[in-house]
Amino acid sequence: MNPAWSVIVFTTVAGAAQGLVVTLALSKLAGLPLAPGFVGGALLVALAMLLTGLVSSFLHLGHPLRAWRAVLGWRSSWLSREVIVLPAFIGAVALWWWMLYSGLGSSRWWMLATIALAALLWLCTAMIYACLRFIAEWAHPFTLMNYTLLGLASGCTLLAALAQWRDELATAQVLSPSALALTLVAWAIRSLSLRRNAGLKSLSTLQSATGIQTQPLRQHSMGMSAGAFNTREFMHGFGLAALQRVHWALHGLCFAAPAVLIGLSLALSMPALLPLACLVQVPGLLAERWLFFAQARHPQNLYYQVVS
Amino acid sequence: MTTKEITVAKQLALVIDLNVCVGCHACVTSCKQWNTSGAAGPLADVNAYGASPTGTFFNRVQTYEAGTFPDTQTVHFPKSCLHCQDPPCVPVCPTGASYKRKQDGIVLVDYDKCIGCKYCSWACPYGAREFDEQRKVMTKCTLCVDRIHDEQLPPEDRKPACVKACPTGARLFGDVLDPQSEVSVAIRERGGYPLMPEWQTRPANQYLPRRITPPACPTDAKDWP
Repeated sequence: MNPAWSVIVFTTVAGAAQGLVVTLALSKLAGLPLAPGFVGGALLVALAMLLTGLVSSFLHLGHPLRAWRAVLGWRSSWLSREVIVLPAFIGAVALWWWMLYSGLGSSRWWMLATIALAALLWLCTAMIYACLRFIAEWAHPFTLMNYTLLGLASGCTLLAALAQWRDELATAQVLSPSALALTLVAWAIRSLSLRRNAGLKSLSTLQSATGIQTQPLRQHSMGMSAGAFNTREFMHGFGLAALQRVHWALHGLCFAAPAVLIGLSLALSMPALLPLACLVQVPGLLAERWLFFAQARHPQNLYYQVVS
Repeated sequence: MTTKEITVAKQLALVIDLNVCVGCHACVTSCKQWNTSGAAGPLADVNAYGASPTGTFFNRVQTYEAGTFPDTQTVHFPKSCLHCQDPPCVPVCPTGASYKRKQDGIVLVDYDKCIGCKYCSWACPYGAREFDEQRKVMTKCTLCVDRIHDEQLPPEDRKPACVKACPTGARLFGDVLDPQSEVSVAIRERGGYPLMPEWQTRPANQYLPRRITPPACPTDAKDWP
């Protein structure tokens, strides 16, 4: 597939915001002594990220003003379900912030509901891709695990960094091991999924696509000279060397560098490294999501191999 | 994606005979002409007079070479929406703009409801849908739905534009659920097959295979009388 930046930004930024809210709610539920001002500030950061993701997702649409219609297909479409759950989650986070702002404090049940909505949003987002059975790279539980774990890892790292920045050093200290563990687990799962992708073989062949059983079979013309939607949407046009560089960016910036920085911050008692881990992970997350789309080989590409 | 059996009264479809298609692209141009002028259009052409013209088409003719030289066959392969009986593109649509008509099985897009998210095109293994870059909606073959049911037209003209245009009669049109129809007989008697059967989309359109006709006279000059 040709990765769309609107979808890459939406899934990474909203995913991290979900992770931030979930780790914040779990910290509160676990009884960490968090200042109400810090919780409110972290929720505002999450809201800003979610709204950034929402705007980005609108940029993907040909007719953004008709976007409201996308709630109508919830019976069969995971995309429609995501369109319903995303504003519900944003609303839940906003209401949590409002409860803090008006002095009502963090309701235990409300935090549990917010965690449930974040989990549901990960499910919807991942299933949009995992339900497409003929895109083998996506049609696997790894997709859901990857979206959830990366959101949790990046969100937890972000919360730890925010805690360091706001001088909540005890909180940063407690969150850092979780951030490190989540990053390492997410790395392991992503590495397994990359290994699976490398060995995948599509059920479809040029023979099954055309029904011409002769071997060998070559395309001589795809029926047009200058490309079409079929060549723009489903092919990224980058060579193996470029893909390999993104591969290394994924391992290095999304997982290895943040894990080392969080580990060092723990070992050397230098929480100042946490914001650095968070910043380094941003290009890594984008590289990870770019590769998620670029690696997906759509069977329609079999029909579009040769111009003439 | 949730798949649900869609029961249809009829399943209109094309049967394409690869044995007689000569790759002239008449079906491509007549499809473009009819559909850019009618209810499904206009079909955008971007950079039409530039070096890299690109546009929206519902139908393409591709060319394949099968076998090893000198024993090769050139096969021209027309490709359009297959109007699947279990269309994976329909249930994924978040708005309901993509639908399969119950009365004749045609898969259509309601352009007034489409938000242009392109998700349906990802869900089609055949690449049958094309996003219109000017109207910003997803478009696809309508099986000339605005033509085949038009009682203002003489009965012999109530066929898709591509079928009417084909000079070799490579395109048959009819109801594949009616066992006596021309298309059902052709599928049954001439080895009709669906594309990518591995995805269980049950394409309504089927293809008739290329058949190699043995030469009627000697092929080697020394055998000539």
